[in-house]
Amino acid sequence: MSADTNPATASGTYTPKPGAAPVGRMIAAQAALETRMLLRNGEQLLLTVVIPSLLLVLFSTVSIVDFGATGEGKAVDFLTPGVLALAVMSTAFTGQAIATGFERRYGVLKRLAASPLPRWALMAAKTLAVLVTEVLQIVLLTAIAFALGWSPQGNPLAVLLLLVLGTAAFSGLGLLMAGTLKAEATLAAANLVFLLLLVGGGVVVPLDKFPDAAQSVLGLLPISALSDGLRDVLQHGASMPWGAAGILVVWAVLGLAAAARFFRWE
Amino acid sequence: MHQEPGAGGVLQVRGLVKRYGPKTAVDGLDLTAQPGITAVLGPNGAGKTTTIETCEGYRRPDAGEVRVLGLDPVTQAAALRPRIGVMLQSGGVYSGARADEMLRHMAKLHAHPLDVDALIERLGLGSCGRTSYRRLSGGQQQRLALAMAVVGRPELVFLDEPTAGLDPQARRSTWDLVRELRADGVSVVLTTHHMDEAEQLADDVAIIDAGRVVAQGSPERLCKGGAENTLRFSGRPGLDVASLLKALPMDTAAAELTPGSYRVTGTVDPQLLATVTSWCAQHGVMPDRISVERHTLEDVFLELTGKELRA
Repeated sequence: MSADTNPATASGTYTPKPGAAPVGRMIAAQAALETRMLLRNGEQLLLTVVIPSLLLVLFSTVSIVDFGATGEGKAVDFLTPGVLALAVMSTAFTGQAIATGFERRYGVLKRLAASPLPRWALMAAKTLAVLVTEVLQIVLLTAIAFALGWSPQGNPLAVLLLLVLGTAAFSGLGLLMAGTLKAEATLAAANLVFLLLLVGGGVVVPLDKFPDAAQSVLGLLPISALSDGLRDVLQHGASMPWGAAGILVVWAVLGLAAAARFFRWE
Repeated sequence: MHQEPGAGGVLQVRGLVKRYGPKTAVDGLDLTAQPGITAVLGPNGAGKTTTIETCEGYRRPDAGEVRVLGLDPVTQAAALRPRIGVMLQSGGVYSGARADEMLRHMAKLHAHPLDVDALIERLGLGSCGRTSYRRLSGGQQQRLALAMAVVGRPELVFLDEPTAGLDPQARRSTWDLVRELRADGVSVVLTTHHMDEAEQLADDVAIIDAGRVVAQGSPERLCKGGAENTLRFSGRPGLDVASLLKALPMDTAAAELTPGSYRVTGTVDPQLLATVTSWCAQHGVMPDRISVERHTLEDVFLELTGKELRA
């Protein structure tokens, strides 16, 4: 292969012409790549799509948990808010923690740190990727819920605010875990937390099935605040569940501050 | 217009100290790189990667001063990053990403990137196809990391062990690319623990041992600086060594070590070899088993550090 036939070896190809791309373009490219990585990963899809969808279908159609005892209406009206909360947790917390943990382990964060992409822009892109994934999840899950006869109430803006606050709270906790633990430890812990919060966070099992003492503690968990808050609006038509929103704000502030303080890039 | 590197060259490191807990990885290191190819040569654990990563802005020096293209890599990182290309020793790519996907992404972070398709072709990454990064061979991963370092058309490229683990053909192909970069005006700073890589490629070699630069200069100068080179040959015993010496330059020595076995030490160059063989011809001597032992970087390293450099 001579220099003449291969355009890349022609003199002048590598002549320096450095420069960063406009920051908006960098964030868009980074967010698109991170979203693709997430959607391509089979284990992530299991957590973010398959499990929430299955829970919604299964528990709505098969009477495993007795929702009637709580005086609620249709099972799907109780379940959908909880499953939406679970979907937010699966992406913002579990998925983000595992993905970021392995990016740190495999030097992706390190390599990007030497690129023109600023750190804040990387975090913005990660947030954007989480939000895009959540939108896809919510579209899918609400479609399933409507097919199962779901009849939502309440103010969509209150729902949106709760979802955003929940995303912030779970992102902070996920990044804290990814930035401080080893990748394998993050993988195990994030999955374990997902499972525990799925059972004990009012997602499919109403919190009032638990003993009183446990209820007051479980009610403070971010997943309980999000699922109960969404349920107050979507099932009971509450205008704005300030208690739940307040709990999520506290988790978001604590989680993001701790992540910013303790996150180790290498 | 970009700021031209000043008198300090593309890289200027003065009195760099970097400690990890009680261990001192870099211990008062001075290093200057001019435009061209600079090789930082040393055994594993000598402080090569720490030095390079400090220049890349990853580590804050405990003492000393680092300037890259005239900029402080920590406090002026935002201005410096678009102008440098970085190849890490390993990793740096999403495990689920394809080679072309990652390279296209890096290109999008720059204002005037190289033609990605041509670069893929140039580095033989086309065969990676839809394979994800974690399933690529070690050589393919290395070449992708190299491509990622150059795709943004940087002024200065840092390559940390760019040919570690490559087969000889892939090594030469990497060397070719590094030479093309230099030809197009890109400066290269690379670390290596291969003598031949430094000798073949570098305009300037800095030998690092125990966190300090123990010698720096062109490969030729470093090799001349140490012990003399040797030419050996065999002939019939009892040749007139004094007569041979008269034909040779002043600083040359010659001796019959054992009967019929001769050694000439000095600056062994083509001229000297020609002088020795023509003297033999004049004296009707058939010189047998001529061997030339030129001083290599390996010898220089051994003399400077008392250690063998092992790959």
